[in-house]
Amino acid sequence: MLGALTVLLVFQLAGEVIVQFAGWPIPGPVIGLLLLFLGLCLRGSLAEPLRDTANGILQHLSLLFVPAGVGVMVHFSRVAGEWLPILAAVVVSTALAIAVSALVMQVMVRRGDGEDA
Amino acid sequence: MSPRIADVWVYLSASPLLGLTMTLVAYQAGYWIYRRAGFNPLLNPVLLAIIMLVTALTLTGTSYATYFDGAQFVHFLLGPATVALAVPLYLQFDKLKKLALPLAVALLAGSLTAIVSAVGIAWLLGAGEGTLLSLAPKSVTTPIAMGIAEKLGGIPSLTAVLVMLTGVSGSVMAKYILDGLRIADHGVRGFAVGIAAHGIGTARAFHVSEQAGAFAGLGMGLNGLVTAILAPLLLLLWRTF
Repeated sequence: MLGALTVLLVFQLAGEVIVQFAGWPIPGPVIGLLLLFLGLCLRGSLAEPLRDTANGILQHLSLLFVPAGVGVMVHFSRVAGEWLPILAAVVVSTALAIAVSALVMQVMVRRGDGEDA
Repeated sequence: MSPRIADVWVYLSASPLLGLTMTLVAYQAGYWIYRRAGFNPLLNPVLLAIIMLVTALTLTGTSYATYFDGAQFVHFLLGPATVALAVPLYLQFDKLKKLALPLAVALLAGSLTAIVSAVGIAWLLGAGEGTLLSLAPKSVTTPIAMGIAEKLGGIPSLTAVLVMLTGVSGSVMAKYILDGLRIADHGVRGFAVGIAAHGIGTARAFHVSEQAGAFAGLGMGLNGLVTAILAPLLLLLWRTF
């Protein structure tokens, strides 16, 4: 578990360093994710402690949202003042994104099946 | 408060222990309620924990900065958690390869729709620039979304709230939208929910079926990557024209 946690932190650190040097507008941990993914593909296997630690952290992923979410108290007046654009944007855009993703994938999968047949 | 209790309060509120403990207790209380309510998406544990904590901090006159001194230890784990998303992605790699083209096209279409429609609708309704930039990554899982918002010049903590609203609303609406569109395949349903409603949508998809959950996790992880690249590019285009 300690080793696996170290692996995650080392990849995060590598991601942060690369982003800082390259000046990319991408969060460091995202590059860390990519690097770890590539590393796993190259290695061709996943060590059990890493799998367990990753699953353990991801199981409680929603807990990690809480401290930042409490930050709403700092933005109370903004959210209250712009509640209509915020609510409309979130609800309509989320519904659209679900519909578009599903429809496009459905069409693409059917086309692929058609070619195979 | 008696002088003694006041002294203890002053001591505790200056130490990170209180903010950290409050976060863990509030989340577990929220999760307990969520579980007791049969995992009703409206009673999302994160939402409940935030409501409890904001209420407690407001009532005790504690500032967010003081609270965050303790809560930052939990917040810090968002970085390693993002890196850890590589593990489920790797485990799903075989499925991913087989459906590579449909997944890629759906991902791109869904990701673009989520960013452009959110910012477009809020812009039409007169939202300010800080809100617009914070809305752009709203369909992405929080650790990535906050990083994107920061890079865009938005407000990461506002983004965290918007991401939460997105996840909850997506989890509530998904079933009705997908039924209405007559999409039966659980892989397709899950992937769409993961793209649009990230981790909260993924948790919801796992309640429906293993396959929907696996595809949702995939959609969540991939959309995090794609949005991290697309959102800054779109902003650059927007600023150029």
